[in-house]
Amino acid sequence: MKQEFTVTVYSENRVGILNQVTTVFTKRHINIESLTTSESAIEGIHKFTVVVYATKEEIDVLVRQIEKRIDILKAYYFSQDEIVYQEIALYRVPTASLFEGNEVEKLVRQYGARILEMTPEYTVIEKTGHKSETQDLFNKLDPYGVTQFTRSGRVAINKLKKEPLNSYLRKLARNGVNPEIKTD
Amino acid sequence: MEDQKKDTVKMTGSQAVMESFVREGIDLIFGYPGGAIMPVYDALYSYREKINHILVRHEQGAVHAAQGYARASGRVGVCLVTSGPAATNAVTGIADAMIDSTPVVVISGQVGSPLLGSDAFQEVDVVGVTQPVTKWNYQITRADEIPWAIARAFYIARTGRPGPVLLDITKDAQFGSLDYSYRPVTSVRSYTPYPSVDPGLVEEAARLINLSSRPMALVGQGVVLAGAEKELIEFLEKTGIPAAQTLLGLSAIPSRHPLNVGGLGMHGNYGPNVMVNQSDLVIAIGMRFDDRVTADPKRYATSARVIHMEIDPAEINKIIHADVPLLGNVKESLPMLTAKVSRNDHSKWLEEFRACERVEYKRLVEREINPDKPEITMSEVVARVSEAYDDDAIMVTDVGQHQMIAWRYFKFRQSRSVITSGGLGTMGFGLPAAIGAKLAMPDRPVCLFVGDGGFQMTIQELGTIYQSEVPVKIVLLNNNFLGMVRQWQELFFDHRYAHTSLINPDFQTIAKGYHVPAVKVTRREDLDKAVKKMVSADGPFLLEVAVEKEGNVFPMVPAGASVDEIILE
Ligand SMILES: Cc1ncc(C[n+]2csc(CCOP(=O)(O)OP(=O)(O)O)c2C)c(N)n1
Ligand SMILES: [Mg+2]
Repeated sequence: MKQEFTVTVYSENRVGILNQVTTVFTKRHINIESLTTSESAIEGIHKFTVVVYATKEEIDVLVRQIEKRIDILKAYYFSQDEIVYQEIALYRVPTASLFEGNEVEKLVRQYGARILEMTPEYTVIEKTGHKSETQDLFNKLDPYGVTQFTRSGRVAINKLKKEPLNSYLRKLARNGVNPEIKTD
Repeated sequence: MEDQKKDTVKMTGSQAVMESFVREGIDLIFGYPGGAIMPVYDALYSYREKINHILVRHEQGAVHAAQGYARASGRVGVCLVTSGPAATNAVTGIADAMIDSTPVVVISGQVGSPLLGSDAFQEVDVVGVTQPVTKWNYQITRADEIPWAIARAFYIARTGRPGPVLLDITKDAQFGSLDYSYRPVTSVRSYTPYPSVDPGLVEEAARLINLSSRPMALVGQGVVLAGAEKELIEFLEKTGIPAAQTLLGLSAIPSRHPLNVGGLGMHGNYGPNVMVNQSDLVIAIGMRFDDRVTADPKRYATSARVIHMEIDPAEINKIIHADVPLLGNVKESLPMLTAKVSRNDHSKWLEEFRACERVEYKRLVEREINPDKPEITMSEVVARVSEAYDDDAIMVTDVGQHQMIAWRYFKFRQSRSVITSGGLGTMGFGLPAAIGAKLAMPDRPVCLFVGDGGFQMTIQELGTIYQSEVPVKIVLLNNNFLGMVRQWQELFFDHRYAHTSLINPDFQTIAKGYHVPAVKVTRREDLDKAVKKMVSADGPFLLEVAVEKEGNVFPMVPAGASVDEIILE
């Protein structure tokens, strides 16, 4: 049975890693639902967060196929209940819509959203939450004339006691394996 | 003085490539020059006393030759090619090396870094193109990256599960200068070549082995790559477990070893294919359950527990679920296991394999190698050649019916004696791979079996054989057909022979043009003499045999069937 998995991948900061991560999924015709990448908390280590639908058996093999790439440090997968996660959405509405009754303002309050920027012409509203929540707000705001709507990929934190990557890096360091120093 | 203090020497990027090759112990490379790699070739000219270069006739041949070199010797094969079309010509060989875990380092030239991404002359995004078919690849744009990248390339290519590495070096990096010092790479933080062996799982595996009454070992190339042939034999002899081999695992155990029960898979032997579904314990050693081995994986090893001894974590549970996933280098894990298992004897179980062997012999093998029809069979040629070499040669094959027949009927005494394109099934692999194998092992005879189709995919390497005086023996099994495809058309496409019949050139004339001595045999009574002539020839030799046109390879596991539905005729 397919279910949603959040895959977190840690890699050295080198050119071309993203492609190596994504091809593992695309090779099997697995669609990437969401993708976020940026430097992790550890200097020089990049983090990718990928959301996909797959079976448990599939994801188990896929994560090892990602990890197999030379510059990938570690890859982990989590089911929904094993992580805390958020996405961020931005909505642009005409500022006039806020003055035609208080419906828009009520929605902002009700959804725990906030106003990021307001000009005479447009207003940008920001909401963080799960996809269903940001989508819900979009559906409610749309009748008031949303002119732009955009949603980020997922960021996630796992609920494990210890961050497995840290334990892994400590183990490597104990075995004398350190980040490579290139020439010069 | 300054240089000495820093322990570095000033040199160009191209010299650094050569110097790093020397430090890695490389004395032979295969290649083909061109614009974007000329500085490296110029440096090679100064290193010609230390590094021998074999000029091939096509870059695909360079990589296959490097593969043959690596597979025969266990050392890393090295290729040098220019940018663009040369690099794309190399891709087939790189993909072949990837899927068959062959350690190869390919250096490709690239346009100057200011031109990257501008669709410059002979510019191809080689790193992008080869990313899915390399174990690692990297584009070098600065001369001072060269020692690091080459050290890393060799380390990655040869350690763990070996594979091809490509380094793409821009022309300005080749021309540029650097303060050279060489430090071999001994670890890469994000790469674990040898997962540590879990003693608990060894314990568990030993327990299952001691309890089993119908155990069977499936031996793959992993054993050869690990150099664990001796450790394997010790394990088998202590436990008395019958062992079958995959396409690339063949020759890891001598053909006539009493526990060797033959080949697995689509055209393997009858016994191991049938018995794998009778077995109660399958011990997979350095093999990956390729679909040509398992046929329908849902109906594979149906009544067996599975111990999977494997170096690559990504292979565990990929096709067949492992009850005991015993990760690690088999060179290390096999002796640990041998120490824990009890001495045993499975002669009654082994006898069941022997019974299958007798069935296969009576119904198939006998008439294949001693036919009573007038046409010469591929099988009898292979059997005669194997006998003439006293079963001790490096057998190289191309891809097709002759490959399967050679694999079935050639016999072996030593490991690293089978060089064939397994995972990719690359026609054209054979001739250049044989060249590489012979250059790696000049003291062993190297005998290629090739079909009339595949021969013509890399036939120009006869020029390499002539120029570099490589004494390979070539057995051309000429059936005037793309035989393997024709067999499928006959069996599964209602005899509709769509474009599989070949009108061939006169191969004798072609050989003559390349100054390769050649003989053609069309009658059985001439075969033995011709084989002797080939075996005793000092230099290269082409033995062409006109074989039966519509012979089929049996046994065969039909596509989609279970292995135990293997058909003998
Ligand atoms: C590069 C490539 N193209 C096509 C194929 C498909 N193919 C597999 S076997 C075969 C026929 C080979 O014919 P030949 O070399 O004459 O060998 P035979 O089977 O007759 O022994 C073909 C076309 C392949 N394996 N590789
Ligand atoms: Mg043919």
